[in-house]
Amino acid sequence: MRWEWLPKYLPNLMFGLGITLQILVISVVVGFLLAIPVGLSQVNGSRFSKTIAGGFCSYIRGTPLLTQIWLLYYGIGSLFPLIPGMRENYMWLIRLDAYWYVLLAFTLSFAGYEAEIMRGAFLSVPKGELEAARAFGMNSGKVLRRVWLPSAVLKVLPTLAGEVIGQLKSTPLIFTVPVMDMMSVTSKIRQDTYLTYEPLLFLAAIYLILTFFITRLFAYFESYIPVRR
Amino acid sequence: MKRFKTLLIAAAAFAAFSSVAMADIVFGTDAAPYPPFTSQNAAGEWEGWEYEAMLGVCAEMNEKCTMVPIAWDGIIPALLEKKFDGIFGSMAMNDKRKLQINFSEMYYDSTTVVIGPKGGEKNFTPETFNGKTIGIQAGTSNANYVEKYYVPTGAIVKAYKGQDEVNADLLAGRIDFIVADAVALKPFLDSSEGACCDVLGAVPMDVAILGNGVGVGLRKEDTALLEKINAAIKAFANKGGFEALSKKYKLEGLMLTAAKG
Repeated sequence: MRWEWLPKYLPNLMFGLGITLQILVISVVVGFLLAIPVGLSQVNGSRFSKTIAGGFCSYIRGTPLLTQIWLLYYGIGSLFPLIPGMRENYMWLIRLDAYWYVLLAFTLSFAGYEAEIMRGAFLSVPKGELEAARAFGMNSGKVLRRVWLPSAVLKVLPTLAGEVIGQLKSTPLIFTVPVMDMMSVTSKIRQDTYLTYEPLLFLAAIYLILTFFITRLFAYFESYIPVRR
Repeated sequence: MKRFKTLLIAAAAFAAFSSVAMADIVFGTDAAPYPPFTSQNAAGEWEGWEYEAMLGVCAEMNEKCTMVPIAWDGIIPALLEKKFDGIFGSMAMNDKRKLQINFSEMYYDSTTVVIGPKGGEKNFTPETFNGKTIGIQAGTSNANYVEKYYVPTGAIVKAYKGQDEVNADLLAGRIDFIVADAVALKPFLDSSEGACCDVLGAVPMDVAILGNGVGVGLRKEDTALLEKINAAIKAFANKGGFEALSKKYKLEGLMLTAAKG
């Protein structure tokens, strides 16, 4: 075992960890917020919004994340030369870092999976509770805010930890586009040092530690929120 | 006992089958397509200058060779772990790699060039790249060159997994320049997409980083194989084999190949 490379590359690894964590946290938070309206419109929306939301979820859940990332980054990139005036007027858009494409891809992916789960959660709230709320004179917005949504979110909470860990374990896909995430840094270390085992082992350890913290964090949340089982 | 016998027969059959399927020498090459050197067509068959050169060299050795695709960034560790016998994949013989593995005699040499938009600055210096974005394939000697000469003067580097993706992003306008091998970029520049761009010129040589040409990479202990391959490269060169291939792939004048005699 050789570890003398570690001090030299530690700043790079920390930078990569930062990128990975940023993409994880932002995509989970924004993705979950997006999942609520998408899930709700599948249950309660008009026919049109049901089709759109259902189609979105089917696409996200039915295609590999890697394909989604590449479609967004290289797919859109390949369209730029075809658009007249693009280079003259929208250079900033062309130069938009791959980071933003990856962030969007991961957010949409999390939203798609979570929306499907939220759809089930909305449906599983007993009709009687909603009718009781209406009987108290709440309008539909209030029913949603005070009864339907909190009840649905509570039902989803125990599955959320697993979903976030799943999202974390998808992050090495960032490595396939030019963004320096933890996996890319590890790959660079491997290229520079010709070591295979040690950098990968180190990477695996970091992921394991992150998974541990995510599990603990959600266990903490769950212990503070009463969940009826 | 009966079950044991069946198992034995199955094992023997498997061993026999796998020994038939195994070639005498297995060479690893970049899994990402690297035309016109090594790439796999839609049917999964290998093609390209380098693949045919390998067949030629192997014919001189009277050996049956196969090519296996390996991710470029892990190709040297994979060789050291004996996943295959040698690297036949346009690997530049630079100093860092020579610490890890042995190289055969040079079988071809190509120049490292800067590719940019048509009509770009031909008399570039490291300062030309200040604030500009350069795309490179990660893990290549060209990447190390950019890191040493152009990053200190303010260039932004984007590292990609394969050369294809670097080219795609030059087309998209996401990067300003590519630093790569002249020959490897020829098919791209010749294509209708590549019309945007041109070779601006060769970078100043640094043998320690860019290496003195391309050779077959072998494990340090496999000296017998090294000698055998060196002799075969010489024999194939004397026949004019490399030159014929360069002609076939329209690469004459773009690359040097192993000398005759």
